[in-house]
Amino acid sequence: MNNLAAKLSPEQYENNFAEIHPPFSHNSAVAEANRCLYCYDSPCTKACPTHIDIPAFIKKIASGNLLGSAKTILESNWSALTCAKACPVQVLCEGACVYNDKEEPAIQIGRLQRFAIDNYFKSGMPKLFSPKEKNGKSVGVIGSGPAGLACAAELSLLGYKVTIYEANKIPGGLNTWGIAPYKTRQADSLKEVELVKSFGVEIKTEILVGKTISFEKLSKTHDAVFIGIGLGESTNLKIPGEELNGVVNAIDFIEEVKKEKWDSVKVGKRVAVIGAGNTSIDAATESKRLGADEVMILYRRSREEMSAYDFEFELAKNDGVIFHFLTAPKRIIGNSSVEGIECTKMKLGEPDEKGKRKPIEIPGSEFVMPVDMVIKAIGQSAKTKFLNSITGLQVENGRVVVNPDNYQTGNEKVFAGGDCINGGKEVVNAAYDGKMAAHGIDGYLNKTAL
Amino acid sequence: MIDLSIDCGGIKSPNPFWLASAPPSNSAYQNCKAFEQGWGGTVWKTIGEPVMNVCNRYGSIDYNGQKIAGLNNIELISDRPIEINMKEIAETKKLWPDRAVVVSLMVESKKESWHDIVKRTIDTGADGIELNYGCPHGMSERGMGSAVGQVPEYCKMITEWVTEISTIPVLVKLTPNVSNIVMPARAAKAAKASGISLINTINSIMGIDLNTLKIKPSVAGKSSHGGFAGPAVKPIALHMVSQVALDKEVKLPISGIGGISNWQDALEFILLGASSVQVCTAVMHYGFRIVKDMIEGLTFWMEEKGFHSLDEVRGKALPQIDDFGNFNLLHKTVARIDQAKCIHCNLCYIACEDGAHQCIDLIPENGHTKTIVRESDCVGCDLCSIVCPVEGCISMVRLDDGKEQKTWNELTNDFKNEGKELTWENLGEFQKKYGIVIH
Ligand SMILES: Cc1cc2nc3c(=O)[nH]c(=O)nc-3n(C[C@H](O)[C@H](O)[C@H](O)COP(=O)(O)OP(=O)(O)OC[C@H]3O[C@@H](n4cnc5c(N)ncnc54)[C@H](O)[C@@H]3O)c2cc1C
Ligand SMILES: Cc1cc2nc3c(=O)[nH]c(=O)nc-3n(C[C@H](O)[C@H](O)[C@H](O)COP(=O)(O)O)c2cc1C
Repeated sequence: MNNLAAKLSPEQYENNFAEIHPPFSHNSAVAEANRCLYCYDSPCTKACPTHIDIPAFIKKIASGNLLGSAKTILESNWSALTCAKACPVQVLCEGACVYNDKEEPAIQIGRLQRFAIDNYFKSGMPKLFSPKEKNGKSVGVIGSGPAGLACAAELSLLGYKVTIYEANKIPGGLNTWGIAPYKTRQADSLKEVELVKSFGVEIKTEILVGKTISFEKLSKTHDAVFIGIGLGESTNLKIPGEELNGVVNAIDFIEEVKKEKWDSVKVGKRVAVIGAGNTSIDAATESKRLGADEVMILYRRSREEMSAYDFEFELAKNDGVIFHFLTAPKRIIGNSSVEGIECTKMKLGEPDEKGKRKPIEIPGSEFVMPVDMVIKAIGQSAKTKFLNSITGLQVENGRVVVNPDNYQTGNEKVFAGGDCINGGKEVVNAAYDGKMAAHGIDGYLNKTAL
Repeated sequence: MIDLSIDCGGIKSPNPFWLASAPPSNSAYQNCKAFEQGWGGTVWKTIGEPVMNVCNRYGSIDYNGQKIAGLNNIELISDRPIEINMKEIAETKKLWPDRAVVVSLMVESKKESWHDIVKRTIDTGADGIELNYGCPHGMSERGMGSAVGQVPEYCKMITEWVTEISTIPVLVKLTPNVSNIVMPARAAKAAKASGISLINTINSIMGIDLNTLKIKPSVAGKSSHGGFAGPAVKPIALHMVSQVALDKEVKLPISGIGGISNWQDALEFILLGASSVQVCTAVMHYGFRIVKDMIEGLTFWMEEKGFHSLDEVRGKALPQIDDFGNFNLLHKTVARIDQAKCIHCNLCYIACEDGAHQCIDLIPENGHTKTIVRESDCVGCDLCSIVCPVEGCISMVRLDDGKEQKTWNELTNDFKNEGKELTWENLGEFQKKYGIVIH
């Protein structure tokens, strides 16, 4: 890279990556818990993809039954700590809180959940769940992200012997390697991993299924298989200059940041992030917080079409990220390293079949912006090669096709959930999928046993 | 394993949580639903004489944005005929053999009427009877409810009519609207009751709407005192339960009632001697589901404290209750303010200055004021720490080592032995000897 951003002091890094939602003190948690109306058949519970009984866990904080509170949460969601800190609560539980209709601030459900779960881990993970006696059957889980972990946790409580195969050295999937450090740290994700391991789940790391061991072979050693491999590489821009030094993909960059060795992450003085999804926002804010002078997000449509949440957009703007809407990259310029990016201005045409308005190039509007680094964040592709190698598995639009009732794929022995079936949603969706797939597997194996 | 099962005067249930006789226990539908959610027992809504209710029936006190700090009602006993209730009780008991089904009764003060309804109740298969001597309105004017509970002789007489023919345990439910709760409890004991339930509701007027000048609740412009219940009555109920528990004559199992909303409240009643606890207002506010946290919270608490059964917990706090004359006058605590935690609201200062003993100084410092306790003047009353909004900021620190003791009874006894009168001078001398300064 031509111009690297200046290094910051250790304190500055820690400040920049400090939690954006600090924990509640005991008093404020109890006060907030008592503010909860304890609604019946509550909208917040319905809005949560894992359907945590939110009023119940909050009431338990109010009554001082913190262990019971954690139990209520975990019963529904094995990624409870990550979700408490990283869920887009504004559009889920808190967005549904009845206080919004009273024009009073919604209950801070995420922070209350965190209070209960923090307490649970702080008190040394006291035993709340007892696995059923082993039933002699085994399930292989590919991937240790929130989907895989949830599936494994649930299955081992149901009495299955569960082995997780994880390509990475450190498990946890994007909970460990993706979520912005000012939301969660690796340590948070690893606590969740420990909890799942405490149920007897074995995690074999550095095993890339399809390479280290074939899918066929793995499948033969288990009665059923769950696929929770998430998504693959960031999609290429398919423009000239992509091979230049200083062009990186968002997932790799973010993974470097997640190592929490801030001063060894390479970041340019001037950074252009391509795309305007939540991952783009993360890449942009993280660049800024690592010390980049100028960070911009280039998006070929307008703010309206942007898939990033409003609160993420606000966060990036507050970090000083500059948004260039209706701007498409044409070419990355540079000798061996990035020196600039050539863009064209766009306008929006008629809505396409999905209702999204198509961006149209405005002829002659080309312009060049000097940059030192380009981060590709226009989406992630599916791991199609691996998926297509599995007999019977159907992949449509990069998503594994499953029966929505039990998460079974076209191969009756194989189940799937998480980003690999939904194309990339949230942790909470993956956690729900994994749990429900476990029950799908249980149903399937009980049926075959008859 | 934690065992939450209890036996309250021969009435057994898998946990101590019962519905109180009130709207939540009005019907088979409700009681069965409650059992499904985990309630250990129910006291069926009082059945007996023909009645008709009015609207509105309830008034409530909200406190700083929280609804129902207290609830009052002018509702009567069950407004459904005896036959229907008895049939539903029998059905409920059949479906739920392991839960306690207690039937609350109230009929006119005639021996035959009581004999009749008691026999019909036994025929349902119910586990026990509760005698409602508590309703403070509507029924008392007809010579029932608190009209009975307030006169120990009536209480004894009617209880005897019941116990002389009952083959199932009989609990007597007391009204708190008396000057000494122990008296009706002793009357129940004398009449061979199996246990005491308390408290029923407290006479109250909930308030007045300042726009319409109507008293709450208002029945087409008329109102009356109603029975007060809910969180606000808990301290009164706890006291009355402890009084009955400690009485040397009564010595009966207790079913504690009054302001119980969660497991912590329930536990306090148990620590003061209750075998079972009953809940009404909290269920009226939130529904039967609250019992789940009650069971779980109590279980986790027992696990944490190393208890296995409620027998080990029951009455554990009672021995602390003593006469004022036996308190150590030389026990000395003072308030200490943790300056690092102080948020400079100065509420402790003004409370002490205007409302207590002027022992906190307000000292200007860096643009705000610092509050400092003058320990030599602090009487250790605790008001400052009670008003302090910050957790752990003001603590009461013990200064005496507990070795020296002088109670009021001992002191006045000393005076007597030394031939001294109880005068301010003599008391002052004692205070001086121990460095106690009252200004
Ligand atoms: C940058 C970024 C930020 C995000 N921020 C948030 C956020 O703030 N809040 C939120 O709710 N969601 C967020 N998400 C989305 C969320 O992380 C995902 O939806 C979720 O992690 C998906 O879980 P998963 O289990 O399906 O897959 P992943 O978490 O991706 O886990 C898949 C696992 O499978 C392993 N694997 C893959 N292939 C193989 C193989 N062949 N053999 C063995 N192991 C394999 C991988 O190494 C990985 O550990 C973010 C996503 C990204 C990319
Ligand atoms: C609306 C209402 C109706 C009640 N009806 C009866 C009754 O029929 N019989 C009875 O013994 N107590 C009755 N009570 C009193 C309750 O059983 C209980 O003693 C009292 O409400 C205190 O408990 P709580 O604070 O949990 O509400 C009633 C209370 C309320 C609020």
